[in-house]
Amino acid sequence: MSHKDVYVFAEQRDGAIQPVALELLGKARELAAALNQRVVAILAGHQVEPLAKTLVEYGADEVVLADYPELKDYLTEQYAQAVGQIIIARKPEIVLIGATTIGRDLGPRLSARLCTGLTADCTRLEISPEGQFHMTRPAFGGNLMATIVCPDTLPRMSTVRPGVMQKAQPDAARKGEVTRFEVKFDSSKFRVRLKETVKEQRAQVDITEAKILVAGGRGVGSKEGFAKLESLAHTLGGEVATSRAMVDAGVMPHDRQVGQTGKTVRPQLYMALGISGAIQHLAGMEESDYIVAVNKDKFAPIFGVADLGIVTDLHKLVPMLNERLAKEMQK
Amino acid sequence: MNIVVCIKQVPDTTEIKINPVTGTLIRDGVPSIMNPDDKGGLELALQLKDKHGATVTVITMGPPQADTILREAFAMGADRAILLTDRRFAGADTLATSNALAGALRTLKPDLIVAGRQAIDGDTAQVGPQMAEHLDLPQISYVANAELSGKTLTVRKETEEGYQMLEVDTPCVLTVLASAYNPRYMTVAGIIDAYEKEVEIWSADKIDVDEAKLGLKGSPTKVFKSFTKGSKQPGELHEVEPEQAVELIVAKLKEKFII
Repeated sequence: MSHKDVYVFAEQRDGAIQPVALELLGKARELAAALNQRVVAILAGHQVEPLAKTLVEYGADEVVLADYPELKDYLTEQYAQAVGQIIIARKPEIVLIGATTIGRDLGPRLSARLCTGLTADCTRLEISPEGQFHMTRPAFGGNLMATIVCPDTLPRMSTVRPGVMQKAQPDAARKGEVTRFEVKFDSSKFRVRLKETVKEQRAQVDITEAKILVAGGRGVGSKEGFAKLESLAHTLGGEVATSRAMVDAGVMPHDRQVGQTGKTVRPQLYMALGISGAIQHLAGMEESDYIVAVNKDKFAPIFGVADLGIVTDLHKLVPMLNERLAKEMQK
Repeated sequence: MNIVVCIKQVPDTTEIKINPVTGTLIRDGVPSIMNPDDKGGLELALQLKDKHGATVTVITMGPPQADTILREAFAMGADRAILLTDRRFAGADTLATSNALAGALRTLKPDLIVAGRQAIDGDTAQVGPQMAEHLDLPQISYVANAELSGKTLTVRKETEEGYQMLEVDTPCVLTVLASAYNPRYMTVAGIIDAYEKEVEIWSADKIDVDEAKLGLKGSPTKVFKSFTKGSKQPGELHEVEPEQAVELIVAKLKEKFII
């Protein structure tokens, strides 16, 4: 049997499907259509079968389910055995994995086990007119884009960061089958022991999920400055984001950082205040629907990607804009 | 205890600029540095050495000029340095790189292998876990802390939601976050030493691996093409007083139905 179909590793944590899995199903549908193949989701976990329905609604034609107590929490070897055995038995042409801390741990382990190529953190996936799978990713800190192919080994694997691809519209009427897969675990290889999982309280919405982001950089400068941005974000119903400089300076936490070493976002509105626009930052936000940039330097690179660029003093602008928008939103 | 730290020489990507006329990378004058996550990994190893006693070996695969980062590692406190350099390694993707390093590690048989989570020139985070698989060793990635007691390491791994505490016995592979380990400064005595110590040069003949798994021919992935991003057309730019700026922004947000 030759390799076929586009497989998605449907990452779940504590029984919750991760958004990136649904985003990958959306992309997998496009790829499968171009190849005239099917979309198959790999669902691994314990007591996770109810999630299969969601995966079908978002685009899976089939869900291969590995449901075992060994897979309750993510551990590299347990998951590598389950997912690896599924891939060996089912022979996919393409395997897509979310570039989360789980996917970036599992993906390379699998690629070495299966002796095939893995392209990390792809931002574009497409089937060329010749039918070749093209995986495009940033390199050199986002300075260069490279299109990678994996011509001779199968499956062709790639990871994709959360927020890069778009989910398809769910369709409750879609039909798909669920196939239980029997994993033959070798527990002598289970050598990492999980002692404790700690979730830290994150009061705010994840910036990759926000529709509106008010992002501040060096030009905002201080915690006091960011308090004003918080207020503006609140007025607009959005969240505050930041650039690497402010994280390095200890002004903002890392989970707010947009860019190559932070998160990739594509909100409806991205307001960049006092962000000069280093290429690493632009890599994380340039796909936003509408970009407003405010900076005192008219040569700031951020203006190269902004739909509306304004050269002015942001410290004067922010309180005035907040007051005016508060009035507009009441109307 | 024998610890091997895998390090890589990388261009300082924050210093790379793009030629606005040709759209190509300007690499001239871009400094080469020890990859930050790898330097964090070296610090982790040196802290274990300080507490428990260990021999710390650093290894890198690269061109002869990668010697510089091995000297830097000596100056920080590494005991032994190996440079894997051979034309047969050239053109390697992550899998072929991991095969070369695993080949060297089979010869060295360390108790603990440490690498950085990822390198800033590629950001793939693949070589550490791939190496672990080739060597049939357990791995823990995204390591923020590791404490040793007997043969058991207690490791803090960072996740999106917080962290996990994991236990693993040596031998194993850890990939480390730069943000968790502030590298120590080189000492003056260390710097002097660094140029007196010998960097061992290893070719492909010296390591334990099937040569077909090395370099370009051992690489399943190939670069089809590379390009600089076609930049988006800039929109409108206004140099105005804050009062007018408010009007411009509000008008646009209304036009786009954002408010």
